[in-house]
Amino acid sequence: MAKSIDVSDVNIYYGDFKAVEGVNMTIRARAVTAFIGPSGCGKSTFLRTLNRMHEVIPGARVEGKIAVSGQDLYDSAVDPVEVRRMVGMVFQRPNPFPTMSIYDNVLAGNRLNSRKLKRPDADDIVERSLRGANLWNEVKDRLNKPGMGLSGGQQQRLCIARAIAVEPQILLMDEPCSALDPISTAAIEDLIHDLKDRYTIVIVTHNMQQAARVSDDTGFFNLKAAGQPGHLVEFNPTKKMFTNPDNESTEAYISGRFG
Amino acid sequence: MSTADLFETTTGSLRRRRAMTDRLVTGVIWAAFAATLVPLVWLLWVVVSKGLPSIDGNLLTHDMVQRLDPTTGKLQAGGGLEHALYGTLLVTLGAVAISVPIGLFTSIYLVEYGGRSRVARTITFLVDVMTGIPSIVAGLFGLALFTLIFGVGTRMGIMGSIALSLLMIPTVVRSAEEMMRLVPNDLREASYALGVPKWRTIVKVVIPTALGGIVTGVMLAISRVIGETAPLLVAVGAAEAVNRNLFDGRMMTLPVFIMTQYGTATPEGYDRAWAGALLLIAIVMVLNLTARLISLIFAPKTGR
Repeated sequence: MAKSIDVSDVNIYYGDFKAVEGVNMTIRARAVTAFIGPSGCGKSTFLRTLNRMHEVIPGARVEGKIAVSGQDLYDSAVDPVEVRRMVGMVFQRPNPFPTMSIYDNVLAGNRLNSRKLKRPDADDIVERSLRGANLWNEVKDRLNKPGMGLSGGQQQRLCIARAIAVEPQILLMDEPCSALDPISTAAIEDLIHDLKDRYTIVIVTHNMQQAARVSDDTGFFNLKAAGQPGHLVEFNPTKKMFTNPDNESTEAYISGRFG
Repeated sequence: MSTADLFETTTGSLRRRRAMTDRLVTGVIWAAFAATLVPLVWLLWVVVSKGLPSIDGNLLTHDMVQRLDPTTGKLQAGGGLEHALYGTLLVTLGAVAISVPIGLFTSIYLVEYGGRSRVARTITFLVDVMTGIPSIVAGLFGLALFTLIFGVGTRMGIMGSIALSLLMIPTVVRSAEEMMRLVPNDLREASYALGVPKWRTIVKVVIPTALGGIVTGVMLAISRVIGETAPLLVAVGAAEAVNRNLFDGRMMTLPVFIMTQYGTATPEGYDRAWAGALLLIAIVMVLNLTARLISLIFAPKTGR
């Protein structure tokens, strides 16, 4: 069951520094939403508030409301650990666990939470997740080899498999292709297309062609000036964004006149 | 543009001077290397040549208690160091059992929870101070602690273990802390993002990733304290018989055994002292090799 996210009046801080201010948007279920914008404009920071990873950094905090199916993620009764089980995340650099095999990496979300799995069930999850991440055919004969032995693109797909193995509702991707070559990037973009039938996907990217290719909605973040908080300039369907944006600075950014 | 414009052409004399400097510095470095190696090889050679002939089954299976020899009818010491072997192994094991949990938990606090807080900085400072404690003071601490609790004249193996653990803890804290700081933050975040609580992340991701280094650090700490003599002499004393109980009475340990045997100033005493020294070096070497092996086994694998 994929879910939508309603964001209203969100301000994000690192200590006293306001990094992002006044974000309002609705992220649709079973769709891909892309965030674009220049470096340092707060799009990754905003993404990390969607699964409460932002607060892992000392002094970081969030104001405002982020609701998934009406439930506020930042309600004091909500356990951040539960939020992260529901909202999976893939990072910029592939980060498989170096002490684990490919098989154990996929099961990490289950095993690290010491959920007891019967062998056939575990095999089933591993195969389903690796197929889901388009990696099964490449690794099915070496599931017990270390995850670090794979190529960068394969490692990133392993991380996606690991994220979907716990069956989250929402999948966040923070520049998942920026460390990869074009062929691995294409593999992951295909995968994003397949995954959006089942998950709500939010992706941060520096690559505007990628945003245009994979996303249904796009949010453009920008800074007013250096040292000022980032803000959401425009949030629209990707088609409209890339053909007829509402805002001038969006058009300037997309057409490559700055950024 | 010709090369002459790009590079100043070096004259023959300059080139010769550079070659000479190169040879000179290379020579100095080799000499320094040899100078470090000479005492090491010499020491090993002396200990092996003097100790090896005395090591036999009798030495390893007897203590120094005087017994009546049935053939000669005279009182005769056992002439072995079995009691010292047991003592050293048990006292060191006790020290490990005390210092590893304390050291590991301290470093977990420093790396994962303390951050740059006042408490963490104070602990780091105190650990640095502990590194400088003279070993005899650690021994006196063990003695004083048990004298206060159990009265004057108390002697137990565990007192030595506590004294040694005082010397081990700073080494364990420091090495474990460094190894855990080397674990990339990406891995912690990957674990959090899977909905794994912090404590599980530490137990199942951070520690296993750093395990090789932590084990090596512990082994090196053991090698440091296993040859300590002064604190053991003060806290544990010396004994003639095998004592396998850490909580009851004096125990012999290898360093103290070497000292007392050398102190007898007899040919047999000298032989036993050298044999004890060789065994001590052998134990340290086995520990070091084990550490290498363990860190090799637990090192994160690349699969390439």
